[in-house]
Amino acid sequence: MAKARVLIRPKEGILDPQGKAVERALPALGFEGIEHVRVGRMVELEAENPERLGELCEKLLANPLIEDYEIERLDGAA
Amino acid sequence: MRWGVLQFPGSCDERDALHACSLLGEARLVWHEERDLNSIDAIVVPGGFSYGDYLRAGAIARFSPAMEAVSEFAAAGGPVLGICNGFQVLCEAALLPGALLLNDTLRFTCRQLDLIAVDGPETGHIDTFEARRPMLSIPAKHGEGRYFAPEGVLDALEANGQVAYRYAPGQNPNGSARDIAGVRNEAGNVIGLMPHPEHAVDPLTGSTDGLRVFEAVAAAGVPA
Repeated sequence: MAKARVLIRPKEGILDPQGKAVERALPALGFEGIEHVRVGRMVELEAENPERLGELCEKLLANPLIEDYEIERLDGAA
Repeated sequence: MRWGVLQFPGSCDERDALHACSLLGEARLVWHEERDLNSIDAIVVPGGFSYGDYLRAGAIARFSPAMEAVSEFAAAGGPVLGICNGFQVLCEAALLPGALLLNDTLRFTCRQLDLIAVDGPETGHIDTFEARRPMLSIPAKHGEGRYFAPEGVLDALEANGQVAYRYAPGQNPNGSARDIAGVRNEAGNVIGLMPHPEHAVDPLTGSTDGLRVFEAVAAAGVPA
């Protein structure tokens, strides 16, 4: 089984209200100078056929219309 | 007319949808594992939280056996109405263009609002056709209702008459692009909207305008 991590985030240019809300809360906690916060999602998985992960992302894990994704292999493979 | 109302684990508005359909014909529930839609003339994909709405709203329901059958039904010209979560499911299944994102307010919205029913191609500004479009009073309740599609797709939807419903000026509750509350597919037989027409079919709840949405869908399909 190949371990992998998939990072999913809202596409550039799409309003991310979660990111905005986090950004607005930071100054009150004393964190100044933080900008462009984007909130996404991470999926960790183990795959028997890691070459199909791209297809899996396109069909289910991400909605390519609104989200970008990156597949990161955790077992050293590209 | 025989209506089928889909029921996923996590659906919660299927009973009201069933009631609304029964005012216009026969109606029965279709469990998510069912594939046989042979005796059905029109399909409603109802609101709720199908499969817990895990991952993204509607993302998992799209792979259910019943939805596979609905895709074939829609491809054959059968009328399909998606309400709220049902609209999200239809978008995820690519039966309708676009996607529904988290409300720009980050809050769940629940209110009665006015919808403009749009029945044909539109290229002008919303103000120019407001006066000659029927206005429907229908409740909306959702957390992920911000309609999104790329600008080019939005232009094409307006030019092709695929915008089915808009929020009345000043009443867009979620930041939807161009005040779009509902869209139809290119053929016109699949319609989805975020507000809930099935909750507006009895004078007891203040409006019966929702029935006009069901009637529009019934008229939109190719008879089986």
